[in-house]
Amino acid sequence: MSLQTLWNHDLAYSFRRSPVTIAAALLALVCIGGAVLAPWLAPYNPFDAATLDLNKALAPPAWIPEGTRAYPLGTDDQGRDILSTILYGARISLGVGIAAVLFALVLGVTLGLTAGYFGGRLDAFIMRVADVQLSFPAILIALLVDGVARVVMPTDRLDEIAVPVLILSIGISGWVQYARTVRGSTLVEKSKEYVQAARVIGRHPLAIMLRHVLPNVLGPVLVIGTIHIATAIITEATLSFLGVGVPPTNPSLGTLISRGNEFMISGVWWIVLFPGIALVTLVLSVNLLGDWLRDALNPKLR
Amino acid sequence: MAEKHALLSLESVGRDFDVSRPWLNRVVERAPRLLLRAVDDVTLEVRKGETLALVGESGCGKSTVARLIVGLYSPSRGRIAYDGVDLSSAEAGPQTERIRRRMQMIFQDPYASLNPRWRVREIVAEPILVLNLLQNKSQIDGRVAELLTQVGLAPEDGDKYPHEFSGGQRQRISIARALSGRPEFLVCDEPTSALDVSVQAQILNLMTDLQSELGLTYLFISHNLAVVSHVADRVGVMYLGRLVEVAEAEVLFAEPRHPYTRMLLDAVPDLEMSGRARTPVAGEVPNPLSPPPGCAFHPRCPHANARCKEERPELKLHDGRRAACHAVEEKRI
Amino acid sequence: MSSQERGDLKGGKGGLTEPPIPPVLEVKDLKVEFPTRRGTLVAVDGISFSIAPGEVLGVVGESGAGKSLTGTSIIGLLEPPGRIAAGEIRLEGERIDQLSHEAMRRIRGRRIGAIFQDPLTSLNPLYTIGQQLVETISTHLRTDRRAARERALALLREVGISAPEARIDHYPHQFSGGMRQRVVIALALCAEPRLIIADEPTTALDVSIQAQIIQLLKKLAREHGTAVMLITHDMGVIAETADRVAVMYAGRIAEIGPVRELLRAPRHPYTVGLMGSIPKIRAATSARHAPLVQIEGSMPRLTAIPPGCAFNPRCPKAFDRCRVERPEPLAAGSNLTACWLYG
Repeated sequence: MSLQTLWNHDLAYSFRRSPVTIAAALLALVCIGGAVLAPWLAPYNPFDAATLDLNKALAPPAWIPEGTRAYPLGTDDQGRDILSTILYGARISLGVGIAAVLFALVLGVTLGLTAGYFGGRLDAFIMRVADVQLSFPAILIALLVDGVARVVMPTDRLDEIAVPVLILSIGISGWVQYARTVRGSTLVEKSKEYVQAARVIGRHPLAIMLRHVLPNVLGPVLVIGTIHIATAIITEATLSFLGVGVPPTNPSLGTLISRGNEFMISGVWWIVLFPGIALVTLVLSVNLLGDWLRDALNPKLR
Repeated sequence: MAEKHALLSLESVGRDFDVSRPWLNRVVERAPRLLLRAVDDVTLEVRKGETLALVGESGCGKSTVARLIVGLYSPSRGRIAYDGVDLSSAEAGPQTERIRRRMQMIFQDPYASLNPRWRVREIVAEPILVLNLLQNKSQIDGRVAELLTQVGLAPEDGDKYPHEFSGGQRQRISIARALSGRPEFLVCDEPTSALDVSVQAQILNLMTDLQSELGLTYLFISHNLAVVSHVADRVGVMYLGRLVEVAEAEVLFAEPRHPYTRMLLDAVPDLEMSGRARTPVAGEVPNPLSPPPGCAFHPRCPHANARCKEERPELKLHDGRRAACHAVEEKRI
Repeated sequence: MSSQERGDLKGGKGGLTEPPIPPVLEVKDLKVEFPTRRGTLVAVDGISFSIAPGEVLGVVGESGAGKSLTGTSIIGLLEPPGRIAAGEIRLEGERIDQLSHEAMRRIRGRRIGAIFQDPLTSLNPLYTIGQQLVETISTHLRTDRRAARERALALLREVGISAPEARIDHYPHQFSGGMRQRVVIALALCAEPRLIIADEPTTALDVSIQAQIIQLLKKLAREHGTAVMLITHDMGVIAETADRVAVMYAGRIAEIGPVRELLRAPRHPYTVGLMGSIPKIRAATSARHAPLVQIEGSMPRLTAIPPGCAFNPRCPKAFDRCRVERPEPLAAGSNLTACWLYG
């Protein structure tokens, strides 16, 4: 597809005409770029104990009289540069968020497709499980999975597996929305004649599900996934804030906010504020992009 | 006409659908099970090389019969045999598979019968791949091009997506797909009902040409008697799941016997503006969940008597056609 | 051609010696456009016709011909960005194509009634048909609810619903398809409109019910003196119901004239092809399996309408003038045909 056709495509057209979306996209690009390129962009490596200078602890941001240019956003109680911790923290937040969403998506789409295509008892069972899970708040589910994992795993390996467990728990808390949407779409597509034609030709049900139905039900999943990234990041931040998320050696934006919170009372405001702004910016820009995508892909609004 | 070999035969085939409310609701509301008899005791045969048409209004069960034949549904009662092999027996052996490959189906809705995400050549090639008829990619591409040309499209159309084509062109693609498996029997479920009249003419002409070129046998489902009169050798008329008349097309259109067939023919609009007299049509199709007792048509029939209300008529041979009607049997009409 | 003869062609039941009856609906050079980012699409390109009181004008054409859009424009329900770009629509002499939304809303229902294809979605499933009828009657005729209910019962009887007193308080889903369409017709008639626009009123119905509904529409048009614009793709329905018929192709009228003439002796090559491609019941063996007349190709998309006569690429009789100049409606017998063969 030439660049010309790409530029003229309906989606690109709708994108170009919405200043909010363009701003959101740029912002998201900055956040993601910063997170991905953290090792090269960050002035210091906040996790290398050797570079920490306790004498510089609790330094305020550069524009405040006691601050220095060397630490533009100030330092925390260990002497870590806030700017660097934000960049590395965003990496964790984004990484966990995207991984959790991918997990939830694969699990949810698989279950939804199976339930919708085969129907009957399998469908009823899967949907009941989904209904039960929906009656609990997502955070609680994540906490539950996380808690069980901590009990089951040996304590010395806790730090190692903390991030995978976190991804698992956020993922499990979020599969239902994908499953429900895909199940509904699968029911619609199943009754269409191209699926019946495939059955008459003699294709195996699994092949029909994967090659015929799946491509046609993935559309809404894309939109849900984009918005889910934002929710997953918030969930991770909440769990880390509560102390049950990422280990303290590898702080995410949520951990930073949590730690910074303790210092608020003594008037040290920069440790909580800047990570907070970073989190809000990241989540907001992803949300806005997801909103645009949903409206742009909705055939009824075009 | 020499007695042609019966390719497909249906014997007392029936199909019920359970449309009861969910179990929980039934228990709580004490509602009975509801069984819809979509097809009820249909006995029919299709001879090699002919076109048998099944006509009737919506809900008469003709589409269900089509789906029973190709295996999308299994019959609740009765036997379906193709070339002597019983298809409805419980074991789905390799023999049944081989038989099924000789049948294909064309559907009504040109917009829903092609996968919108697949390219046309993938759609047309699917039966070839599934049935393993050709393995070499260039051979398959060549065959797809040949099929597309055969149905009146261009080989380059294989690279496009279905939404780039009109309704009539999509039906051509459907026909190409059905033919790619080299079937001998085609079930056509209202293939032209969703098309404009001038496009319909093109598709009907195409289908009759293909039939004589490839020696195909057609089961043609339609609600449009005029279309049927152009394509059919024999016609079966269905009402509320039952077969009410089966005859050679000439016989049926010249002298319809069953009162429902007559009513259907009368309802066809008079394009020649000959001003022919028409008997007014009475009533509507009853609820299939609770069909009238005896003959299902008796509430709307001008010739119904007491026997019609109680005894269900059987399909019997009268005057060169089979009709399920007491009045015909008693020679009252 | 004298103005009196021209008046006969356009409408009115009078013969050559009587003054023409003023038409209920008069459409002149109507043009409907859709601005899109790929350019402006002309969906209806300069059509003119009129309908006399009590007359049924059939507007027939295949999908994409613009017939439904014509009906929608007349009744004022054209969705933006579609708009009426040129022409006039006159209802009983007054222009209605440039009225405000509010004014058009008052006219809809009261002076123009509408019947659409799907009876299931034309009726509100949450209200009984009695409530819907009474509300429409009392809004437009300003009568009290008792009188409105009496009128509703009379209308239901008129459209062939037996024992209306029992059924007036039923919900739409309790009626069958054919019955629902009768209720929709009753609703369309209840304010005594001068014009009814019926868009594919029988397409969703079974063939035996179609015949009943067609007869009903015809009878009501005669008895109430209502003008009916019957939009359909089904020539059979036109043959049974219409007095005059307009054949549309690619947003233009190809041919218009009395139904008998047009069906028996069509002039425009498109109409000829159309009539030839309709299967007709023949009992004789010889006619079976004979190929149907087919028109090669398909109707042009709105983005690719050929210059000159829109039908020329598919026309077996096209000549040079057809490819360059768009034909005006020309007299051919008692029809008006937009074809240079008759120029």
